[in-house]
Amino acid sequence: MLTLEALILRQDDFQLTADWSVPPGERIALIGPSGAGKSTLLMAIAGFFPAAAGRILWQGDDLADTAPGDRPLTMLFQDQNLFPHLTLAQNLGLGLSPTLRLTAAQKTQIAQTLQQVGLAGMEARKPAQLSGGQQGRAALARALLRARPVLLLDEPFAALGPALKSEMLDLLDEVASATGAAVLMVTHDPADAKRFASKTVLVADGVARAPVPTDQLFSNPPQVLSDYLG
Amino acid sequence: MANRAVQIGPAFWLSLTIAALILGSAAMLALRAESWALAPSDWAALRFTVWQASLSALISAALAIPTARALFRRRFPGRELLIRLLAAPFVLPVVVAVLGILSIFGRQGPLNAALVALGLPPLSIFGLHGVVLAHVFFNLPLATRMLLHGWQAIPSERFRLAQSLGLPASAQFLHVEWPMLRGQIPGILAVVFLICLTSFAVALTLGGGPKSSTLELAIYQALRFEFDLGRAALLATLQFVLCAAVTLASARLTLQQGFAAGLDRPLALRPPRGWRLAGDVLIIVLAAVFLLAPLLAVVVKGLPGLANLPNGLWEATLRSLVIALISAGVATAASLTLALAATRSRFMELAAMLPLAASSLVLGTGLFLALRPFVTPEAVALPVTILVNATLTLPFLVRLLLPEARQLQADYSRLTASLGLPPATVLRYVTLPRLARPLGYGAGLAAALSMGDLGVIALFAGDSGATLPLLVQRLMGAYRMTQAGAAALILVTLSFGLFWAFDRIGSRYADA
Repeated sequence: MLTLEALILRQDDFQLTADWSVPPGERIALIGPSGAGKSTLLMAIAGFFPAAAGRILWQGDDLADTAPGDRPLTMLFQDQNLFPHLTLAQNLGLGLSPTLRLTAAQKTQIAQTLQQVGLAGMEARKPAQLSGGQQGRAALARALLRARPVLLLDEPFAALGPALKSEMLDLLDEVASATGAAVLMVTHDPADAKRFASKTVLVADGVARAPVPTDQLFSNPPQVLSDYLG
Repeated sequence: MANRAVQIGPAFWLSLTIAALILGSAAMLALRAESWALAPSDWAALRFTVWQASLSALISAALAIPTARALFRRRFPGRELLIRLLAAPFVLPVVVAVLGILSIFGRQGPLNAALVALGLPPLSIFGLHGVVLAHVFFNLPLATRMLLHGWQAIPSERFRLAQSLGLPASAQFLHVEWPMLRGQIPGILAVVFLICLTSFAVALTLGGGPKSSTLELAIYQALRFEFDLGRAALLATLQFVLCAAVTLASARLTLQQGFAAGLDRPLALRPPRGWRLAGDVLIIVLAAVFLLAPLLAVVVKGLPGLANLPNGLWEATLRSLVIALISAGVATAASLTLALAATRSRFMELAAMLPLAASSLVLGTGLFLALRPFVTPEAVALPVTILVNATLTLPFLVRLLLPEARQLQADYSRLTASLGLPPATVLRYVTLPRLARPLGYGAGLAAALSMGDLGVIALFAGDSGATLPLLVQRLMGAYRMTQAGAAALILVTLSFGLFWAFDRIGSRYADA
């Protein structure tokens, strides 16, 4: 279980507090006005932003001294999820073996995973030869290979059209089910939250509130959320 | 956090080594200077150094303004080639250029032939005007490239606005072009002035006697001919203080060097016609002739000599190639280490810029004094030359790499961290492929500069240990001009060849 324990993030005059847990396999959307700190919260969990106070715990252990790559999570950024000069097989391979010395079994695993996300036979392609949706699939494929118990997504599908995005959410659903990972996904689109996340965290006014059931939140939105939704 | 310590480690020791080398040399020199009283000839060298550097900087900048402007606003066949050639003097060995300049402007050259035919007295190339002429030959192209870059950086909307308002040429210059020039010129003057302050090979070959000796040359003569260690140390201290002061004073002004000045872009303005067109044509033709004639002369004069190559040529060539390749390797590895560290630490950037305050002969004299109690200079000539060459090219390479390293850091440091990639993987699969282009270009620059360098080797080499540039200089000194020409042709071919090859390798490995 991932726990944010009296966590406070601070930068200049920005502040965000959070005090809640993510049970295994839970799917949570983070929604709120821009600049509220949704991305910053994910960055803190991923190890790129130090906490001013409080702790981030995994199975009860403080993660403060754990390097980003050793944390029990995979993160999908808004962009730059793939190295443009490496092939898809290499980009995925980095999720299995950080030295890229791949065994035959691992190569088969990569091929199978690519097939799973609908990129069968594209091992030798480079990211520039893929569409935006295919790049998202490749990034999800690596998350599938890494199979870490937490998956963080910072609006990775924001640039995709509605049909593609819904495809990607389906794929995300498959990946999360296959690995049993808990998912924290930043989004600015309530439809994403309703479609994918059983619970939603509202990030506004310096607080990331504890997750509540998504339909409950949207059927009875607090003032700040209805202001944001307009 | 342990990760970070591992990455900072080598860069930290490297920057300490550079600081120790530069500042240690300076301290060694200051300690060995026996008297602080400057002899009249020392004052003369100081005055001449500053005077020729000022003249060279002013003339280069003044001529670069109309040249860059003409290149900016005219389109003609060969323009791209000419702009590329403007980069050539940077990697052109000084002795080769001097030989080319001598064949055009020297006693037997076409210029003096024309003067005599017109009944005018011939000009001597030796002395102040020869030194300044050679410096302008090297720095006019550099200044032109920097200014061309400045002109291209002016937003085209501004030209369009000026034209749609119907501003006359003078007002257009005042409101659109002058602000750019005012920003760029001080930096250009500083760069050229600094380069000319440490001029050695030009003064050695074209300076005519004690009246036109630079400090750098005076250090060499004190050490090599008078064997006056105290005086050499004093002069080197003076040179170091002068360079350090100018580097510090101009630190705010130093601009990016326009290495990669863009070549083509649609014209934003309709170029003026009439006498301004004629003027631009004249300027471009003159600049092209001034730049190309000496290069062409080297080829023409060098070819016949290839049939009768001087003794020791192949040994000297091999020596130079070894020096060039090793010092390029050292400089490239060191600059990559420092540039990556400098994205996180200002101290590393400062350390990498430190060699700008030193010169070849200053470092050479420092090392000469430090090593003399233990070994003969000839025995360490090659390692010392490699060390000094690599150190002096470091600032250029780090400046070349730093913007790209910063971009790399911004784009991919989080991804590599979140994947938990070990440093060796990051180097092999991320850093090297992403930085291949500037690394190849930088290695090419370092190799060519080192191949053609005539500085510290002149202090250390014995009669038999010459490098190729030193051999050319010795042949010139012995008036064996055909053989000097042939050796110079081989030297320039190898210098450009090395530069081209490394640049090519870099581009090949850079993809996506």
